[in-house]
Amino acid sequence: MQPETTNRKLMWWGVNAIVLLYAFVPVLWIVSLSLKDDATLNDGNYIPTSPSNDSYTAIFNNPDFLRALMNSIGICIIATLIAIAFGTMAAYAIARLDFPGKRTIVAMALLVSMFPQIALVTPLFKIETAIGLFDTWPGLIIPYIAFALPLAIYTLSAFFREIPWDLEKAAKMDGATPYQAFRRVITPLAMPGIFTTAILVFISCWNDFLFALSLTSTSNARTVPAAMSYFTGATTFEKPTGPIAAAAVVITIPIVIFVLVFQRRIVAGLTSGAVKG
Amino acid sequence: MAEIVLDHVVKRYPDGALAVDDFNLEIADGEFIILVGPSGCGKSTTLNMVAGLEDITAGKLIIDGQVVNDKAPKDRDIAMVFQSYALYPHMTVGDNMGFPLRLAGMDKATIRKKVEQAAEMLELTQHLDRKPANLSGGQRQRVAMGRAIVRSPKAFLMDEPLSNLDAKLRVQMRTQISRIQKNLGTTTLYVTHDQTEAMTLGDRVVVMRSGVVQQVGSPAHLYAHPANLFVAGFIGSPSMNFFPGRLRPDGVVTALGEAKLPDQIRQALDGSTAEREVIVGIRPEHFEEASLVGDKPGATFDAPIDIVEAMGSDVYAYFTMKGDQARSKDLEDLAKDTGNDLHSGGVEVTARLDAAANVQRGRTARLWYDTSKIQVFDGASGKNLVTTD
Amino acid sequence: MTATPTAAAAEAAEDRMDDGTTEIARQRHTDAKRAERKLGLMLVGPAVFIMLAVAAYPIIYAFWLSLNKADLRQPDANEFIWFDNYVTVLSSPIWWTAFGVTMLITIVGATLELILGMLLAIVMHRTIVGRGLVRTSALVPYAIVTVVAAFSWRFAWTQGLGWLAPENSAPLTEFWPSIGIIILAEVWKTVPFMALLLMAGLALVPEDLLKAASMDGANAWKRFWMVTVPLIKPAILVALLFRTLDAFRVFDNIFILTSGSNQTSSVSMVAYSNLIRGLNLGIGSAMSVLIFITTGIIAFAFIKFFGAAAPGSDAEGKR
Repeated sequence: MQPETTNRKLMWWGVNAIVLLYAFVPVLWIVSLSLKDDATLNDGNYIPTSPSNDSYTAIFNNPDFLRALMNSIGICIIATLIAIAFGTMAAYAIARLDFPGKRTIVAMALLVSMFPQIALVTPLFKIETAIGLFDTWPGLIIPYIAFALPLAIYTLSAFFREIPWDLEKAAKMDGATPYQAFRRVITPLAMPGIFTTAILVFISCWNDFLFALSLTSTSNARTVPAAMSYFTGATTFEKPTGPIAAAAVVITIPIVIFVLVFQRRIVAGLTSGAVKG
Repeated sequence: MAEIVLDHVVKRYPDGALAVDDFNLEIADGEFIILVGPSGCGKSTTLNMVAGLEDITAGKLIIDGQVVNDKAPKDRDIAMVFQSYALYPHMTVGDNMGFPLRLAGMDKATIRKKVEQAAEMLELTQHLDRKPANLSGGQRQRVAMGRAIVRSPKAFLMDEPLSNLDAKLRVQMRTQISRIQKNLGTTTLYVTHDQTEAMTLGDRVVVMRSGVVQQVGSPAHLYAHPANLFVAGFIGSPSMNFFPGRLRPDGVVTALGEAKLPDQIRQALDGSTAEREVIVGIRPEHFEEASLVGDKPGATFDAPIDIVEAMGSDVYAYFTMKGDQARSKDLEDLAKDTGNDLHSGGVEVTARLDAAANVQRGRTARLWYDTSKIQVFDGASGKNLVTTD
Repeated sequence: MTATPTAAAAEAAEDRMDDGTTEIARQRHTDAKRAERKLGLMLVGPAVFIMLAVAAYPIIYAFWLSLNKADLRQPDANEFIWFDNYVTVLSSPIWWTAFGVTMLITIVGATLELILGMLLAIVMHRTIVGRGLVRTSALVPYAIVTVVAAFSWRFAWTQGLGWLAPENSAPLTEFWPSIGIIILAEVWKTVPFMALLLMAGLALVPEDLLKAASMDGANAWKRFWMVTVPLIKPAILVALLFRTLDAFRVFDNIFILTSGSNQTSSVSMVAYSNLIRGLNLGIGSAMSVLIFITTGIIAFAFIKFFGAAAPGSDAEGKR
């Protein structure tokens, strides 16, 4: 028995190694690029021979990048907070209350989640220009909320459904008012779900490119992904590879840390809405 | 502590479905009442109405002399133990038990004292700082009990509190619940589908079927004098054997042959001497091997034994007699509840015999049954024709 | 204390009390329901409002624009031209090339994602060592911003810069290699998401069932096809539906990798070019509406013909 288990373990370690390579090779490549200095940038090596932090110095001295980083962080956090607040309310209602039009709302959320964003670019562009939201934070925050809401509602209502109904009854029997039951029993139990959903929503906002590209025109509200594409656009012939790579690493690191720390919760969140629903 | 009165209580859902119909019961202070019946009989709905978790459609619910129909659960001062225990997973055992007291605005020192007292009674003292997730099933059950006890409420409501425990622990907790209830003397309404719990725990038992109370009485009374076929079949384990029978002036004819009826049954039957079809019920424990009986009055017959189960203290013998099965609405409901849809050709009989009985699988045995204990039911209405309840 | 012991009596009682109690039950029910409805509508209100404002109203507006000339380079020449924009789009080879490219990427991409996603799901589900490590690292591609990953692939395939680039050719300047790299980038990024959804499905397959199947003489391959796949079919369909719709919207990767050169534009790219670069809102909106309709057809086909259950379709609540 012993050698066979060892062999199977070895086999699985081999398989795991392939998965690790798959996941990390493109990521480490961009890290490597960001660490190459000008002399070795074009050597095509996967591993930098003489690492330097020139690219990082460059982008952190670039006001446009710093502004874009601020925009990304600010816009995504605000959009996440609002989407979670509205999403929690809606998800609780959908999971626990009976009211007319519930199915319509669920269907609508599904429709929005399947929506081709490109179809909204023009009308949003026109509307936002007309009411002065174009190239502002709210101009991006509002569409982000709208597209985060379906995700938030699905994930959160799956979490709410898992909280046993009996606990609310028990709280009532223990003498709690409906508000006390919500505040002291339901909310603490929903917190992990809300937190997980917040991570997912944040990642989806952080990832957006199309709206950031088409609903902004200056560094006023442009987020990092859009700003990065302008790094290239401006210098077609001499691509600022190093700075782009450095910027890419800067916006990737926080997300990867999130994922490493909250792996379990993210898996639970991503799968809860889709499969059980 | 209080007395609870249910006066013509009705629960009807807005779609017109009747869940509980005309429920009348006066529960004395300190009494332990069991609501028992198959699933969907309305027992949990009744409990929820008393708790205030469901509306009462009609009738009055009186606790301690006050009509509380329209009071919220929190204003009724009654505690409930749930089947799922409903422990708050984010709170420690101590916080779970203290939660109702904290909601009531009691000061911390008093809460601590009360929680510690209850924990001691339930042997939970060393677990007070743990979370429910780290407890065994039995411990969780005790925490749920503790949360009810600390408040010293007017009444305990228990919704199948033991059904999530394994068989051995269930028996243990059953006696503990009984002891606690007797010590505290708190009025208790206890819902179960397990007739053993009903028989062992209750001062009085209420048997329900499809929203209608079938019979109310002490366990012994229900056992000896079931009001109808349904109660007769539901109470007792293994359950009563039923035979289609024909009543004659001089006795009754069943698949077991002809038997003379003792005088008290004969009198109870109103002297209606006309021949009629009935259903005869005989409990397994009222059979015996003929040679062990001596000359006690009764009837004997030959049973072709299929299976013998020696339990140590006694012997279960299973056999099938030729003839039709007893048919009635009550018995169909019972079969539906147990999920028994096996129909063999003939009447299946279970007999519980003395350990010394000489019965063997595949052999024919001479069995005796006690004719003074048999029950006679009307097939159509299911009513017991003997009992004058 | 004797109760009505028979079914007949119960029925009689029921008849007697019927009208009155049903009325009371309805009344009480109505009061409670009204409060619950009010609360429910209040709670979903803000979410519904935002989704309507950002999705429903603009799509109607886009449809209106698509019926107009609405060319920002000639703002005075705006006029209502019925379906002329659609005629222009649907008779344009650019649109149909983009449509073909999009379909190609969608079909090949989704197929590869399903196969690789299933493999990854099985690895994550079955591995006996380092399960947490595998699951965590598999999440990395999901979490990385698409634009970042696209840049990584672009640099990797850029001649003279990248570790994957061939010596004497520039793959991102030729059609087929470009398409291949776009699909690679799409697949790399989304396989983990696919795998997670499938893994959740796998976790729901009872271990006993697989044991029973192997007792019945099924080998691993047969167990997979005859037990696992039928049981996780709903998970597969949901995952595939989401990925198909997502792939059809492909934009970020193409924008970064090729900017749509060498006819590698997707429909989203073409629409974007007309809208933002060409400022021809009429034509761009017509394309937007066509993309919207195509998406709808794909979703409908999945739900109708494959029986993919829309997530949340069981959302009728607790009571």
